[in-house]
Amino acid sequence: MEVRVQDIRKDFGRFPALDKVSLDIRSGELIALLGPSGSGKTTLLRLIAGLESPTDGTIFFGDDDASKKTVQQRNIGFVFQHYALFRHMTVIDNVAFGLKVRPSSRRPAAADIRKRAEDLIELVQLGGLEKRYPAQLSGGQRQRVALARAMAVEPNVLLLDEPFGALDAQVRKELRRWLREIHDRTGHTTVFVTHDQDEALELADRVVVMSKGRIEQVGTPDEIYDTPNSPFVFGFIGQSNTLPVRVENGQLWLEDRSIGLSAPGEPEGPAELYFRPHDIDLLDGCGGCLAGVVTLSRRVAGTRHVELDIAGSTRRIEIELPSDVAATPGTRIAFRPNRWRLFRS
Amino acid sequence: MAHDAVAPAAGGTSEMVRSATSESRLARYGLIALSLAFVGLFLVLPLAIVFTEALRKGPGAFFEAIADPETWAAIRLTLLVAAIAVPLNLVFGIAAAWAIAKFEFKGKAFLTTLIDLPFSVSPVISGLVFVLLFGSHSLLGPWLGSHGIKVLFAVPGIVLATVFVTFPFVARELIPLMQEQGTSDEEAALSLGASGWQTFWYVTLPNIKWGLLYGVLLCNARAMGEFGAVSVVSGHIRGMTNTMPLQVEILYNEYNFIGAFAVATLLALLALVTLVIKSLLEFKFSAQIAAARKH
Repeated sequence: MEVRVQDIRKDFGRFPALDKVSLDIRSGELIALLGPSGSGKTTLLRLIAGLESPTDGTIFFGDDDASKKTVQQRNIGFVFQHYALFRHMTVIDNVAFGLKVRPSSRRPAAADIRKRAEDLIELVQLGGLEKRYPAQLSGGQRQRVALARAMAVEPNVLLLDEPFGALDAQVRKELRRWLREIHDRTGHTTVFVTHDQDEALELADRVVVMSKGRIEQVGTPDEIYDTPNSPFVFGFIGQSNTLPVRVENGQLWLEDRSIGLSAPGEPEGPAELYFRPHDIDLLDGCGGCLAGVVTLSRRVAGTRHVELDIAGSTRRIEIELPSDVAATPGTRIAFRPNRWRLFRS
Repeated sequence: MAHDAVAPAAGGTSEMVRSATSESRLARYGLIALSLAFVGLFLVLPLAIVFTEALRKGPGAFFEAIADPETWAAIRLTLLVAAIAVPLNLVFGIAAAWAIAKFEFKGKAFLTTLIDLPFSVSPVISGLVFVLLFGSHSLLGPWLGSHGIKVLFAVPGIVLATVFVTFPFVARELIPLMQEQGTSDEEAALSLGASGWQTFWYVTLPNIKWGLLYGVLLCNARAMGEFGAVSVVSGHIRGMTNTMPLQVEILYNEYNFIGAFAVATLLALLALVTLVIKSLLEFKFSAQIAAARKH
């Protein structure tokens, strides 16, 4: 089901956790809310769920105004950060809970509930563990139970709060791929919160980057990485370098040197140049380039990470080169960004 | 290396590698002997004396003393008071603990302090409060009198005093437990469509049941054993407003030692039964209790 968030505002005391946030989530989409802690991503998720109520604004599920509905009426599936499994119930009772508590008019027969719970346990690959208690499961297994429990009620939308936050790196990676598979098979509209950009970029159809209670950018993982539309997104996603430059006659200048980049149509004056470490071309001679002295050179797998002192700036710049380029400290390197953006403060 | 370090500590047999927290043999046995001596002198010995005194003239005299109509009335009154006070405090306790643990509101710290008040006030004062409130010279006294409602020196007064004194037990037991468990289990149940009542019944209550049971046992033991507050409001009317602890005092003051100690054995038995039930439950459900604490 599609979910539309319109001009949502949420205050906690006098402090606004979300300010004028609007977002369209398409039906069947897997979408990530990504941001540093305190960016409001979890608050947005809880507002969609109905676990919090907005100070202002509306949330639509399809054409229904869901903001007037309680969490029970919204029929959502929520997976909590620490799973919140019912510790006194077995795995199968946990999964069946949402169906068992329905009023008798909407409750399936006991045998059907059992069948459905067993199917879901099979789907999350926990067959044979039906009779276990949560305390007898590993973290990854608990996570799967939580997901099966949330899916049992055929939710309009599946909401996951930091789904892999409490797991170790190996399990995390496995579950990530597995969640994608489950999503592709079941087709639930899914929103998950994460502060891990790799997770968001690898898993989601679209990523919503949030900061300080606002949405900075919404786009596919490629759009977010390749064309960040704000300094925050540029700095938050992936590695980036910044240099204070000046626009003069459509050319970029660092102090008194042209760096060989033209910016036609840019207004004159100071600006901030952003580029990624791997988006550069090495140059032999320097007729308009960035030049620096290598201060540190580290080989990381197939690439060489090189830190440079750039003439005309006190900022430390990091670039990535093929591992066969010898860049010993003290050598001079000339280069020019081949993808870059200008932002003005 | 790691294996070598762990194995002796876990086994605890090797004297060569001792873990940092294990004491020398002398210190260990010394501490154990000291605690046993203390427990024996201050707990077991008095208990044994109560039982031997009660049975000094044989079981016949013991049962005769208990069958005395006034004593019998005291036993019934004590059971009645506990039967009213404990359920009331069960409900109040859950409500107060729920409010404090799961909601944020102004005056929360004040409420938490208030719950402790009955513990910090002398029971005699607790009783006097009700005398001042309901006595014939009080504000409410004349109104109650004119409507024929008798609170003081009657069962209602005793119940009120007992409820007051035993209020903290259930709440104190539940507040830390509920605070530690947080609200996400409840949120999970609500998000799955459960109503508020279903959430309480299927999720909250099972999560707190062991703490609740423990609180109720303590509450019950105190409700039956309370002396000070009840003594002030009861009026000591024989066969009418004497609870078991008051009956013990009266019999003792009349030099009826067999009777006094016979009733005292019943109170002591209550304490023992409480402990046995608690241990039995903990033994039988230890896995579940551990799971509920950990998870």
